[in-house]
Amino acid sequence: MSEMVKLTIDGKEVEVPAGELIIKAAQDHGTYIPRFCWHPRMEPVGMCRMCLVEVETPRGRGLVTACTQRVADGVLVDTKSDMVKKAQEGVLEFLLINHPLDCPVCDRGGECPLQDQTLSHGPGESRFVEEKRHFEKPIPISDLVMLDRERCILCARCTRFCDEISGDPLIEFIDRGNYTQVNTFPDEPFASYFSGNTVQICPVGALTATPYRFRARPWDLEAVESTCTMCSVGCRVSVQASQNQVLRLLAVDSEPVSHGWLCDKGRFGYEYLRSPARLAAPLVRGEDGELHEASWGDALATAASGIKDVIDRHGPSAVAGLGGARSTNEEAYAFGKLLRSVIGTGSLDARIGDAIDPVLLATGESRALIGDLETAKTVLVWGPDLKEELPVLYLRVRRAASALGATLIVIHPRSTGLDREATHVVRYRPGEGAALLDRLGKGEGDLAAVRAALDEGPVVAIIGRGGLTEAPGLASAVAAFVAGLPGASILPVARRGNVHGAIDMGVAPGLLPGRVAADQAGRDTLGEAWGTPVPAPGRDADGIIEGLADGSVRALIMLGTDPAADHPHRARATTAITAAEFVVSLDLFVTDSNRGADVILPVEAFSEVEGTVTNIEGRVQKVNRVAPGTGQSRPAVEVLGDLASRLGGSLGGPADALAKEIAEVAPAYREITWDGLAWGEGRDGLVAAAPDGGLPIPEPGELTGPPVAGMALHLGRVLYDAGTMVTAGPSLEKVMATPAAHLHPDDASRLGVTEGIAVTVKSRSGEAVIPAIIDSSLAPGTVYVPFNFGLDIGADPGVEVVPVTGGEP
Amino acid sequence: MTEQILTTRMDAHPSDSHTLARYEQTGGYAALRKALGMKPEAIAEEVKASNIAGRGGAGFPTGVKWGFLAPSTPRYLVINADESEPGTFKDRQLLERDPHQLVEGIVISSFALGVNHAFVYVRGEYPRPARRIQAALEEARDAGYLGDDILGSGFSLDVTVHLGAGAYICGEETALLNSLEGRRGEPRIKPPIPAVEGLYAQPTIVNNVETISNIPWIITNGGAAYDAIGPEGSRGTRLFSVSGHVERPGNYEIVMGMTWRNLIHDLGGGIRGGKELKCWIPGGASAPWLVPDNLDEPITVQACARLGTMLGSGGIVVMDETTNVVAAALSLVRFFAHESCGKGTPCREGATWLERILERILHGEGRRSDLDLLLDVSDNISPGLRWPPAMTTICPLGPSAVSPITSIMTHFRHEVAAMVSGEVPAGV
Repeated sequence: MSEMVKLTIDGKEVEVPAGELIIKAAQDHGTYIPRFCWHPRMEPVGMCRMCLVEVETPRGRGLVTACTQRVADGVLVDTKSDMVKKAQEGVLEFLLINHPLDCPVCDRGGECPLQDQTLSHGPGESRFVEEKRHFEKPIPISDLVMLDRERCILCARCTRFCDEISGDPLIEFIDRGNYTQVNTFPDEPFASYFSGNTVQICPVGALTATPYRFRARPWDLEAVESTCTMCSVGCRVSVQASQNQVLRLLAVDSEPVSHGWLCDKGRFGYEYLRSPARLAAPLVRGEDGELHEASWGDALATAASGIKDVIDRHGPSAVAGLGGARSTNEEAYAFGKLLRSVIGTGSLDARIGDAIDPVLLATGESRALIGDLETAKTVLVWGPDLKEELPVLYLRVRRAASALGATLIVIHPRSTGLDREATHVVRYRPGEGAALLDRLGKGEGDLAAVRAALDEGPVVAIIGRGGLTEAPGLASAVAAFVAGLPGASILPVARRGNVHGAIDMGVAPGLLPGRVAADQAGRDTLGEAWGTPVPAPGRDADGIIEGLADGSVRALIMLGTDPAADHPHRARATTAITAAEFVVSLDLFVTDSNRGADVILPVEAFSEVEGTVTNIEGRVQKVNRVAPGTGQSRPAVEVLGDLASRLGGSLGGPADALAKEIAEVAPAYREITWDGLAWGEGRDGLVAAAPDGGLPIPEPGELTGPPVAGMALHLGRVLYDAGTMVTAGPSLEKVMATPAAHLHPDDASRLGVTEGIAVTVKSRSGEAVIPAIIDSSLAPGTVYVPFNFGLDIGADPGVEVVPVTGGEP
Repeated sequence: MTEQILTTRMDAHPSDSHTLARYEQTGGYAALRKALGMKPEAIAEEVKASNIAGRGGAGFPTGVKWGFLAPSTPRYLVINADESEPGTFKDRQLLERDPHQLVEGIVISSFALGVNHAFVYVRGEYPRPARRIQAALEEARDAGYLGDDILGSGFSLDVTVHLGAGAYICGEETALLNSLEGRRGEPRIKPPIPAVEGLYAQPTIVNNVETISNIPWIITNGGAAYDAIGPEGSRGTRLFSVSGHVERPGNYEIVMGMTWRNLIHDLGGGIRGGKELKCWIPGGASAPWLVPDNLDEPITVQACARLGTMLGSGGIVVMDETTNVVAAALSLVRFFAHESCGKGTPCREGATWLERILERILHGEGRRSDLDLLLDVSDNISPGLRWPPAMTTICPLGPSAVSPITSIMTHFRHEVAAMVSGEVPAGV
């Protein structure tokens, strides 16, 4: 508890923590002081001058900005005196003299702080008769953001956000005085992954988002609070729709997770929901070999009989399930129950061969929360480039290092978004992680300082898979090492929307719902609850794909998963699925993965179903429904339930009933109910935890070494890859990245490669021709290729890079 | 009695007062030798005892300011040579004509303050002063007055000269520090004051050229000697820049306490062409104006405060009876509007609004309501329209733009009213 001071605000004595700003202290005690530039998540700048209040201290009485003045004992604050009123009216009049007052055609109209505060604190009319200031308007400052400098009131919220919070200061004030304006630097667009936040925090309509411009008036929007599921950070959002279409997402501040920020993929990714390519009716493969629209009854009957046929001929273990990582917990639970209890197979996986050991994700050992970053002395990031994969977690780590003074250690095969804030940056070739861990443990050579920093607790280690060629067990080995350090805790991370929730729901061969090992005892307990036996663990994703290829798995049920794009060996996965005897897919789109399926069932997506999701730290949060799915789409829980009953079983009802069942059978979710998760001020979900301390960190297993021949391939993810969420929406498609082969300058000169020329990247699995980029941040002997752009180079550790003859830049 | 401190050398040796040879030959750097034999605290005590006040504009007691310097290191001394206040050109003369006096002051002050790196921030429009101070620093370094182990004392000091890029606001100390750090020249919110958190967030003293040029004399003669010059509260000599409608414009070093009549009519040679005096700006463009009724007032800090104005930067602009005061005010307001950095709303918007109202009046498009509007817009920048000003702004630039308005509305309201009503033709 921090020290408290007593001061008087408008005659009322209040007690507030020492060091608090007057504006915050007043607000916490029911007095709203008008403001434009102050934002509680950013350093005060005191420039709009709207929050002027009169303060009496032993040194005298005068006007001060409440956003810069800190409380002190005995101070008298007057927020409503005649002098304050006149000053505030004066400031508002100044802000309005050059403001275009084009509210009727402004996106912000109706939810505009300038409008609102003009009404509450402003003068009734303007005395300004001169011509207003003019700028060309609006100007695009990126593919996603438009800037209207006439509306801008120069509060610097956007520029400060980029500088302080996101660390990409691509917009800045230029010129001065009356002609001060926000702008980009010449030839450098506002290409920030976080640009949408500036639109949300703009107190006027100066910054607008191209996906939302002119789509709705705020009073026509229906909003529900929910959780962003674009990645697994779990940012709190308000999903807003009009006429059954989601039109925008706004961030909602949550102290433990997002601090009120969103990445642009999360904010603007909703467009896939209304893509014209979205499935509107079930599809069934006809005798002509083509997919045809079918009734739900026919489609479900075909699906059930196909699965039953495989069970009858080859036994239940010939059926497998992939998916669940893009679903709600209730859907994932229903999926697992369908497979295990109704069908009787133990082959199921929410991952697609691209994540770390599910037991590590579910471990109860030394777990950290995101919020622990606030007090961490040392932060270790050994895993993905957070800016590309878990962007808002990147913001939280960046804050820990840049604003809170934590020592940041980043270990990754190439430069990451966090390197600029890092105290120690360690690079290594994929495959050499185990050796590096060994040296780090001993604090050898240049790692001595890093090792020493890890002894400075509290340590929070964010651990994941750095790239897809990395042995999945490396993360377990790193976690075990960190967990052995005093004062250290771990945050094991995988990327996909609700992969943590799906693992928690037991969509992995070795795990049962609630972070329980699928050993005999666990299966017996669950079997008792379900009233059916629970089969022994079967195959994981890679095993399922191998089984499909060799015929030991005959039927596949896919729930919102796209292995043909997302599996590291996508060609192998595609071939295997094509080889399957019978495939049922629950999805939003026809993809390369389900194009050959026998039955495709359209399901409702994010913002169309109610349920829960679980984030990287195990925080369970609600998602809510604000619009219906496209056409005849149905909730996956219902579809899975219908499939179960046609197979002679039962899943136990709609999502809310399943949620109650989860609380009964999944130990880590015992305390979690939808009522307890209802959104509200300061109510930010509940953290699931195994009651008995949970599963230990798993053994790492064999860690593959570096490639024996050729160059080491680093397959990393970028935020705007060619995944469906990006390509199915026009806004994000515009910012989609393009793949390239990144080479260290030494390798490039050895191979005769120059920037921009075409090179062939060859592996045992296949090859791709892509342009080369010279990247001195790589360890020599490494080639980095961003993943999920439809390339067929697989994920073998060793590749060859050959310049294409005549490969002109 | 001492009449001159800063300008004796340049008056006696106009051709080479800026050289090290002349400076040494006329007793230069003796104060430094003396200072290096003193305890740093003792030097600071002398400065405090001298009661010298800052010569940049705000007039804050230098010794007191030095006392605020926070203990952490490194700490910096920054010389504010961004002399941008219209009507002010005294620091230019000190930089051009006696740069070693400033260098010696810098070294002594740095020693007293525990500073090992000092900066001289020179306005970009001062190429010759910048060259002169740079040359003096090089001479001083070669002679051992600067650099490592100065005169064998063990004390080391580097001095960096930095040229501004043409923004008036960078004369405001926190904007100056931002500019020096490579940021936009915008004032910072105080607190923290620079003495606690200044350049690169380290303790920093920002002093004016003239202030620090006095330090060698104070060390040589003692703080008490300085404190014996001039009336209480306005100790020492000051260098005033007299310009405008006088016969002999120029810089005049005087002991404070002299009357305005002495300065304008005797030293300045009276009003040009035998015309009558109408009004004058007593301390740089920011200062509210004085009128002939005030001619026999003494030139002191206290008298100016009593009259609601200030000695500020020492720039005196004299206006004769032919002056169109609306045009004069517009010229000043336009300057401040142009130089507003744009950070604070009332300054950015208000100064330009005032400029445009004055423009309208001057172009014959004034309305009767404009008189009250001018004052009320001014009041929204500087509540109460008093001096020293209350501010709704971040720094005093906004209230500076108000001074010309309050000046003409206080002393010449009838002229503005006549212009608005069409009784007298508008136009410059």
